[in-house]
Amino acid sequence: MSIARTPLLAALLAAALVSSALAQSNAPDPWPSLVTDIFQGREIAIADGAVSLEAPKRAEDAAIVPMTLRFPDPAKVKAATLVIDQNPMPMAASFTFGEKAGVDSIETRVRVNSYTDVHAVAETRDGKLHSEVKFVKASGGCSAPAGKDPDEARANMGKMRYREFKSAIAGKREAQIMIRHPNNSGMQMDQLTRTYTPAHFIDAVEVWQGDELIFKMEGGISLSEDPNFRFTYAPNGAKTMRVVAHDNKGGQFEAKWPIADAS
Amino acid sequence: MLRCFLALLAPLLVAVLAPARAADEARFQLEEIASGVYAHQGETSLMTRENLGGIANLGAIVGDRAVAVIDTGGSLIEGKAFLAALREKTDKPIRYVINTHAHPDHIFGNAAFVGPDVTFVGHKNLPRALAARGEHYLSAFRQIMGDALDGVTIVAPTMLVADSTTIDLGGREIVLQAWKTAHSEADLTVLDKKSATLFAGDLLFLRHVPVVDGSLLGFLDVVDRLAEIKAERVVPGHGPAVAPWPKALEDERAYLMRLTADLRAAIKKGESVKDAAKTAGEEERPKWKLFEDYNARNATAGFAELEWEGP
Repeated sequence: MSIARTPLLAALLAAALVSSALAQSNAPDPWPSLVTDIFQGREIAIADGAVSLEAPKRAEDAAIVPMTLRFPDPAKVKAATLVIDQNPMPMAASFTFGEKAGVDSIETRVRVNSYTDVHAVAETRDGKLHSEVKFVKASGGCSAPAGKDPDEARANMGKMRYREFKSAIAGKREAQIMIRHPNNSGMQMDQLTRTYTPAHFIDAVEVWQGDELIFKMEGGISLSEDPNFRFTYAPNGAKTMRVVAHDNKGGQFEAKWPIADAS
Repeated sequence: MLRCFLALLAPLLVAVLAPARAADEARFQLEEIASGVYAHQGETSLMTRENLGGIANLGAIVGDRAVAVIDTGGSLIEGKAFLAALREKTDKPIRYVINTHAHPDHIFGNAAFVGPDVTFVGHKNLPRALAARGEHYLSAFRQIMGDALDGVTIVAPTMLVADSTTIDLGGREIVLQAWKTAHSEADLTVLDKKSATLFAGDLLFLRHVPVVDGSLLGFLDVVDRLAEIKAERVVPGHGPAVAPWPKALEDERAYLMRLTADLRAAIKKGESVKDAAKTAGEEERPKWKLFEDYNARNATAGFAELEWEGP
């Protein structure tokens, strides 16, 4: 089972370069150029209600900042992208949803490197883009070390967990996928040897109920160590939840679990 | 007009303030807490330009032949002040500088002690921790502390402790113990056998809310194992310069247990990390300083750790 790659990753890397150049010149707002790089300069409606973003005003732990995207009308949403404007690699995660997935909300955890705007951009099935922006105060989430315990992170890489919760929305289910991975940012320079720990991160995840896609994600170093996704979805009666994850060094990780009381 | 006047006055103000700052450094307090054992009490606050990063407790143990320094402070300025104060107490050569872990408030004074006969000592994971974090610490604290950070360099340890090592300072043996990931990934304690004084580094917080930058469960486990150490007194990493042992562990253990229990309950209930971080450990708030600065962070990282517990 391989994961389809798109040119998005290339755009993401290009955006990373632009962003770091901007950071050095103290440019006030990287967003216009991010719109060009990530969204090909397309028009983006602001706060029109198609997507909302929950983000903390001040991050408690800059390496684990919870972000929740909500979609009041999930049937109309095709994809959503989370952009942390001032991060070295601003595109944190780009989600594409299955046609009948019915994802009302998705929460993940990211690193925030400095005070920044965070944009949630949704693409509706009519091809239009919609956004909401929040300002987050945090620092050091990317250049700080990824792992509090690198030995453990290495030993457990690729392990996954699945949890289910009662959804507050009638007819929906809520689940959480957790993937053990150091998600090294490649930004920690060894002061003593002047070398960098190579970037090593989950760059793609697919989540399936039976043979229907709930969502796939493409991501980068802005996702926290041990990538974590909590989401609601419309159950299709399938009896298994299956995850395929992939990292930038060719690592592939798969797991599946029975869905409780599948009907 | 007023602005012009102030501009003229500015150099004078600097001239007046500069000696005041020098005088502050001269007042660096170093207390003899047992015969030949010294401790300095850091301020219970965050590192700032004003306090020169002087927030951690520091210490020294003087043997017949050699002196061991335990942590060096949060800036080169503090490290130099510590060295000057120590020189007033003893002229024996400083042979060892022991870093209890990689955090800036404990190691930023290292450069003050560098010399051909000085060995820097740390946990086997200390070089790795300094490698991963050193650059970030230097740039982050440059922003906060400005020129108070001048001269600070990352000094790597050349003597590493994997488990336990004894150093003889001349008629005085000190035992260095490396711990598994707890407060951080590179915690090292120092026990002076002669006076039964334990230097706990940041494995012990008093008054200053404990900070978990390693593993919540590891910290709880290490606290229990620390309690088995035979000592009469302890120098915590933060809080008073000296405290009775092992009673000094009680508040910290209670905090870590409360936080763990609250997080486990929140995870079991299916709460999200952001909701759990708002309430976990809250009951402990009145007992601690800097609770607002660290508790929610401890809870956030602790949640991500505890989520992986169990089958």
